[in-house]
Amino acid sequence: MALASPPIGNGMGRGVRDWFAGLSDRYIYGGGAIIFLMLAWIGASLWGSNLEFPERFTFGKALAVRVDDLIFWITVNLAFILDPISDGILRFLVELEDFFQWVPWPVTIIAATAIAFKVAGRRMGIFALVSLLLLGGFGLWESAMETMALIAVAVLISIGLALPIGILAARSDLVDALIRPILDAMQTMPAFVYLVPAIMFLGIGNPAAVLATVIYAVPPAIRLTNLGIRQVSPGTVEAARAFGTTSRQLLVKVQIPMAIPTIMAGINQTTMMALAMVVIASLVGAGGLGDDVNRALSQFQPGNALNGGIGIVILAIIIDRVTQAAAKERQEALMGSRN
Amino acid sequence: MAVSNNGTADGTQPKVSVRGLWKIFGSGVPTELTDEVQQSSKAELREDSGWVIGLRDVNFDVQPGETFVVMGLSGSGKSTLVRTLLRLIEPTYGSIEVDGEDILQYSEEELIEYRRTKTAMVFQHFGLLPHRTVEENAAWGLEIRGIDRGERMERAHEVLDLVGLTGWERYRPNTLSGGMQQRVGLARALAADPDVMLMDEPFSGLDPLIRRDMQNELLRLQQQMHKTIIFITHDLSEALKLGDHIVIMRDGAVIQMGTGEEILAHPADDYVSEFVRDVRKSSVVTLRTLLEPVQVKLRMDMSPKEAMEALGEMGEVAGFVANGRETYAGAVSFASLAEANQTGCTDCSGALLDDVAPLSEDMSVSAALPLVRHMSGAQPVIDADGRLAGQVSPRSVIEMMEQESLAEAEEPSTLSVGADAN
Ligand SMILES: Nc1ncnc2c1ncn2[C@@H]1O[C@H](COP(=O)(O)OP(=O)(O)OP(=O)(O)O)[C@@H](O)[C@H]1O
Ligand SMILES: [Mg+2]
Repeated sequence: MALASPPIGNGMGRGVRDWFAGLSDRYIYGGGAIIFLMLAWIGASLWGSNLEFPERFTFGKALAVRVDDLIFWITVNLAFILDPISDGILRFLVELEDFFQWVPWPVTIIAATAIAFKVAGRRMGIFALVSLLLLGGFGLWESAMETMALIAVAVLISIGLALPIGILAARSDLVDALIRPILDAMQTMPAFVYLVPAIMFLGIGNPAAVLATVIYAVPPAIRLTNLGIRQVSPGTVEAARAFGTTSRQLLVKVQIPMAIPTIMAGINQTTMMALAMVVIASLVGAGGLGDDVNRALSQFQPGNALNGGIGIVILAIIIDRVTQAAAKERQEALMGSRN
Repeated sequence: MAVSNNGTADGTQPKVSVRGLWKIFGSGVPTELTDEVQQSSKAELREDSGWVIGLRDVNFDVQPGETFVVMGLSGSGKSTLVRTLLRLIEPTYGSIEVDGEDILQYSEEELIEYRRTKTAMVFQHFGLLPHRTVEENAAWGLEIRGIDRGERMERAHEVLDLVGLTGWERYRPNTLSGGMQQRVGLARALAADPDVMLMDEPFSGLDPLIRRDMQNELLRLQQQMHKTIIFITHDLSEALKLGDHIVIMRDGAVIQMGTGEEILAHPADDYVSEFVRDVRKSSVVTLRTLLEPVQVKLRMDMSPKEAMEALGEMGEVAGFVANGRETYAGAVSFASLAEANQTGCTDCSGALLDDVAPLSEDMSVSAALPLVRHMSGAQPVIDADGRLAGQVSPRSVIEMMEQESLAEAEEPSTLSVGADAN
């Protein structure tokens, strides 16, 4: 029965293939290396070293010009969209920052300590208390609050984007396949590449910093939202469907609740990545700890730079441990500690 | 193959009717059934094209109110079959009608409505929602339908009580043992109160005592509710206990279908015989299967002389007497007839032996053993209406019991605890 025939059917092809299959990988790689060197030597003696790519095959410059044009066009013609976005982010950020500055520092420290204590245990509570006092001692309190506001806004926007996109990706393999390379690019693209367009779109200052931070930090939240929903056990989903759930009910009552620990892990990663961006964000005009580090570097003050760096580390540790502990608690609640 | 399928013979519409149902897993399966597929075995098809046969030309009817058992070894397609009945798996070819409606033609909305109101399923691997409590799990079907919380919780507590889980309402399923989780799954299906219950090995995770209790509970519920139940098991004694009809599957195909007794008495092939081997047939098989035609049937109005002649013709020393409407009247022997003849009786009534009691054809073989083991000749068997149905020879009863105890001696069976005849 010829339902499926292998691609190589004739005796000759099969013979060569079997002969190859009989070789161990070591010989194949070793032989390959020798052939490579021989070709390189022959090529180099034919063409000389430093062989250039032919001029008529290169198109990078032309493409770059096109991209420049496109970005300018967007800046000019889509201002009616970009400006309100910029204003909105700025308003949000300023309000939050004002609030953080308005709360007297002892109250903030007590609140943060209490939360760390409740969620992540006694040791983390003590760590939060001591390290936040240290932060004040370094004279970084105001900067830290500014940074916290920036991070909070960037993370909230990231969540706002990540949930719907992650859900879409979880429900459609096509969307998943489309966004996967985009997310990879967002995470690996050097941040400086999108800083300039960010400034051009939103102007120098905090909104551009938030945009750059979101671009860098949002991928894990999207990925893990997608993953969290996809990894809900097929048996559970099937049983839920067997009783006649609509796909909406399935999403809201089964998939999202069960994905929450994974989504929280994604938000944790997103927050950490946002913190890692604060120094770069300060290049486009964000204030806070990142700006402290940046200024110290440009003025050759390694001590001040270190202070600012330690401040960032302190915030990172506290946020990381607390959000991780929260995710774990949620996971355990889901998987069956008795309540 | 003798497929006994009572179908629509008595005019009622079957609850579920499955025709030519195929499921082939894999990509690139043709949309029409080809001869090539039809003729290749499961293994061949997997070798040649990577397709896996889940169901192969399955046909059956399930009557309203009956318990229909599907049996087969692991991988024979039982779970695939019940899933297609809910369209959790879309069959590749064939049709499924429930209450005369082709469910494969249902739109998305109709399908949801069908799943909500007409069916409920108990899953082999529970399929509980880990983020919901036991009571919320039990109430799941009702929640999905939009029934308000108070009402659905009340119903959930009722069914949880029924399955013996009172006190566990607020725990999460993962804190319960496997057997308890299975009962939550059962409660969830019962709470939905469907016409058709699909139960995929619902009792397989339970220990033997609870399993027996749950089986009895199901039988009891079934007497009250008369639901249509499609019940999957790989345990023949469970199938025999619960099932009105049983189908046996192998490699996705139905290889035998019938009542438990029919299957025990006439296994269709070696595969079925393997299944049947470990079961104490004698406690399930009735005398009906050992029935022989009555050798000498005498009539009440015969004279003793005529009766003796009839016996003589057949070379028998005893016979059974029926009166006008074929109703069994009693047994006579050559000796009793001769005596009656001498006392001048004109019919057989004077010759009736008073130590021969008729056996009922619904009696199991093991129950009949003590009644016949010391008898020498054939014993009369009557049907439910008291008519003479035939005779059994004590020999055949004893032989059947002996075969069984031989088989058990070879390989001690866990099932030998049941009815003990010795
Ligand atoms: N999603 C699937 N994809 C491919 N093959 C499948 C799939 N589901 C089931 N099968 C195959 O279909 C066949 C029947 O499986 P099924 O689960 O129905 O068996 P079963 O009779 O319920 O077995 P068990 O008693 O172990 O539960 C098996 O050969 C299995 O490998
Ligand atoms: Mg199964």
